[in-house]
Amino acid sequence: MGGLEEEKHARYIVSVEKKKDDFEALVIEHLRMNGAYWGLTTLDLLNKIGAIDVDAVVSWVMECQDKDCGGFAGNLGHDPHLLYTISAVQVLALLDRLDLLDIEKVSDYVAGLQNEDGSFSGDMWGEIDTRFSYCAICCLSLLGRLSKINVEKAVNYIVSCKNLDGGFGTIPGGESHAGQIFCCVGALAITGSLHHVDRDLLGWWLCERQCKDGGLNGRPEKLADVCYSWWVLSSLIMIDRVHWIDKEKLTRFILNCQDKDNGGISDRPDNAVDVFHTYFGVAGLSLMEYPGLKTIDPAYALPVDVVNRIFFRK
Amino acid sequence: MHGRPRKDPRPKDDAAKAAHLRELQAQLLHNHRNRTYTKEALASCSKLLEINPEVYTAWNYRKLALQHNLDGVDDPDALKSAIEDELRVVEIALRTNPKSYAAWYHRKWVLSRRLMPVEFEREFRLLDLLLNADQRNFHGWNYRRFVAKLKNVPEEEELKFTKKMIDTNFSNYSAWHNRSALLSHLLKKKSQGFDSKKNTLTEEYELVHDALFTDQSDQSGWFYHLWLLDQTVCLDDPQLISSWPTHKSDLILSESNKIDGCQLFPSSNSRSFSLLHTGTFPIILYFNKAVKNIDSSTVIVSSVFVTNEDLNWRPLSTNNSGEACCWVTFLTVPEENCSSSTSYPVEVCLDRYKDIVSSDVSDCKIPSKFTFTVTFRSHSLEQTSKESVEENVVWKYVDICNPQESPCLMSFDQLSINEDHAEEGFKWNLQTLSNEIELFREFNDEDSKFVKLTLARLLVARDLMVPNGSHNHIKTHSGEVLTLYDDLMKLDPSHKRYYEDEQSVVLMDQLTSDKDSLTKHCWQFDEPTSSSFHCQYCLWLNELSLTRIGSVKNILWVQMLDLSHNKLRSVEGLEALQLLACLNLSNNQISSFTALEPLKLLSSLRVLDVSFNMIGAHAIDTTRYLCSSPLSHTLDAKQLNVGYEKENTEVRDHWEVTSLFRALRLTQLDIKGNAVLNEKFSVLAIELLPSLKWLDGKHVR
Repeated sequence: MGGLEEEKHARYIVSVEKKKDDFEALVIEHLRMNGAYWGLTTLDLLNKIGAIDVDAVVSWVMECQDKDCGGFAGNLGHDPHLLYTISAVQVLALLDRLDLLDIEKVSDYVAGLQNEDGSFSGDMWGEIDTRFSYCAICCLSLLGRLSKINVEKAVNYIVSCKNLDGGFGTIPGGESHAGQIFCCVGALAITGSLHHVDRDLLGWWLCERQCKDGGLNGRPEKLADVCYSWWVLSSLIMIDRVHWIDKEKLTRFILNCQDKDNGGISDRPDNAVDVFHTYFGVAGLSLMEYPGLKTIDPAYALPVDVVNRIFFRK
Repeated sequence: MHGRPRKDPRPKDDAAKAAHLRELQAQLLHNHRNRTYTKEALASCSKLLEINPEVYTAWNYRKLALQHNLDGVDDPDALKSAIEDELRVVEIALRTNPKSYAAWYHRKWVLSRRLMPVEFEREFRLLDLLLNADQRNFHGWNYRRFVAKLKNVPEEEELKFTKKMIDTNFSNYSAWHNRSALLSHLLKKKSQGFDSKKNTLTEEYELVHDALFTDQSDQSGWFYHLWLLDQTVCLDDPQLISSWPTHKSDLILSESNKIDGCQLFPSSNSRSFSLLHTGTFPIILYFNKAVKNIDSSTVIVSSVFVTNEDLNWRPLSTNNSGEACCWVTFLTVPEENCSSSTSYPVEVCLDRYKDIVSSDVSDCKIPSKFTFTVTFRSHSLEQTSKESVEENVVWKYVDICNPQESPCLMSFDQLSINEDHAEEGFKWNLQTLSNEIELFREFNDEDSKFVKLTLARLLVARDLMVPNGSHNHIKTHSGEVLTLYDDLMKLDPSHKRYYEDEQSVVLMDQLTSDKDSLTKHCWQFDEPTSSSFHCQYCLWLNELSLTRIGSVKNILWVQMLDLSHNKLRSVEGLEALQLLACLNLSNNQISSFTALEPLKLLSSLRVLDVSFNMIGAHAIDTTRYLCSSPLSHTLDAKQLNVGYEKENTEVRDHWEVTSLFRALRLTQLDIKGNAVLNEKFSVLAIELLPSLKWLDGKHVR
């Protein structure tokens, strides 16, 4: 069955970055900022970030910033939103160009989206979701401005989204879902609040995501999908329960989802590949210490050397 | 991005499709930038959203358009028509992607404007359509909750809806989840019809049994059953379940390292503890769940040599929550010459127990108090308080000394919790557990993982509810549980390490709860010539394949603990052992310094052996966020920087070991056999541990 096709995946990502005009690319044009984060982080994990024209990337990122409010859009001409602001900050952190930011402006934008009850809206239109709590907390933490929000209230809101099965949903009462769990556990980790998590209960719910084919699903009775190799795995690592899944089987599942001819990784074996799943597959392998890959931090979703550089600066 | 086959025979009009989409997207951005909100512009936008409902900027544009076009408009027909358009665009978008966050939110936003009264029938019809097509669509369930709230639908009605969904299809985790959330809320409010938790739970057990035995492989019902079990065993109120010193014990405390042999004292409750030269000794309180508000006003310690108000109580947790299962305070040994054997009685009383609360805001309902006596034996004048340079502690196994009457026996005369009171209150709970156990034992012939796992959990829960040593004591089920976990490891090898952990906790509990078995593992350390640790009470728990420690409530008296040759990855639980001076963790699976965080709370720890573990062998640190660090805003990075700028080493390469060693006062460390060890590391260790005298068997100071 063979191993990871590092070269092919790197080439696939670089090619996707250039291909902007076919239907698939147009459909996700509005989230190109996320795509940049997925693609570049994957290249860095594969130790191939040298393939990138850093100046071109950072200048495009900065062009996507809304000059009035300071938030970042998914692409030129689109509206600012937390989902793209976090990706922009992560990309700049990855490329060690956070110096380009007016940190006060960006952090004011993010902090301004916190609501009375501690939750976060994604943008001025008011949609509330624990994904946005993660985006805000991760972003402000990377910028060293976590104190701009009411952390206690933010934590309490996340805790209010905790379910009886130990997991977390989008809003209070929302069903547990691995993606939301990652966001909530990540936010709690970054704010030193993991004691609110019942690690045994949640750990068991998460380890039960492993299906017979070795892959992980996002919630009970659903199909396995490579992206859950990140959401579930990083959550398990943050709560020190990752030894409860079978890593060899999961590794084989991820490797089976590769397109060994053209590069890229898909959600399930023999499906179409995309950057999203390529990133999550490689990141998942990194979390399992697959040889040759850089180590990724489970909470900040950036390489450990990038995170350490930011937090242990002399 | 999901579910598309790789070799997809693409239709040849892909280029045309792309051109069309590009056109529509360009138009949208153009109209948005120019604030053009004409009918044509909106129509173009609708076409775009039908093809690609994920373009969030298009939904923003529609909101701006609505606000603009309805500004100052009162005419109800105009309002109705505008809102109709929006709702229809959402419905069309949901046909393309029923899980579009942006589409659902737009509908919610439009209705929340309250420009027109909501047509609830229409909303519920849409929901029925979507939830029948996909019962697991959580967007639908979330939206349903939103509409139900708008309409003020009582929770009992929504509960009926969940039953309807479950009856249609048992495999409906979403429905079970919503049911548990609603019930939980109704029970808490004690709404009419839900004032008896027992009755409600009994009905739910019946409902879930139907599901479980219809299709055992479907997971949904099992998770629900676990919740019911949790409701049945949950002893809401926090209680004191163990302490050191134990109730009715007689302590003889000495700081001498030259005691004349290890003497037995007349009273069977007497124990001689030789303590380190700290001038203090601890009182440890161990609760059944994490509590807060333990301080000198909620706990009163009375004795002639104690000033209660001066006592500081500390939670033994590795986080900043201010809550812990275990709390400690240190009493100062009186200065005066107590060469006579005066026994000081000490009373510890949880006086204002109602103020002691756990995080689910239940308070302590049962007052507790315990008493013990303490006698201080001073050292003779020749020996000063300086710790003499002792020999390297070697963990010998055999010939140490006769297993004497050890302090472990004292731990069984624990606080007298009113057991009758406990049993009366929990008659229904115990009966329900027994019923469930019987039911699942019946079904245990089949090789169902969930049946076995549930049975194991039921048995463990049953044992937990019947405290040890009670007059109604039923033989524990640990044997049966251990066998079940063995079966599970064979049935479900992917989750082997989960079952190992569960088994380990039960094994540890079994070992430390049974007087006979515990005695076999207890020893007194006999090194009269030199050691500070002479006569300390030791517990040997090596080579037991332990992967996890579990509860230490019965071994709070331990001073030397040998856990070598196990499979431990974590030392969580050890923080309660405030008397621990020597710890052997060699030949385990500790893979990072951050995993040793609980040791920072052991102020008496002097000798640590972590040799032959995996520290430095793993790139991924699974306890990175479970310790104090700048990454989680629980430690200032500057604190790690101080004094360490030697050579080319950067703090960020060594922050874990710097943070840990700074908090320990070790005199002896064994660390060989770990990947992290090298010359540079040894230099660092010696620098960070100023009291260190022995490193890997070599004298360093």
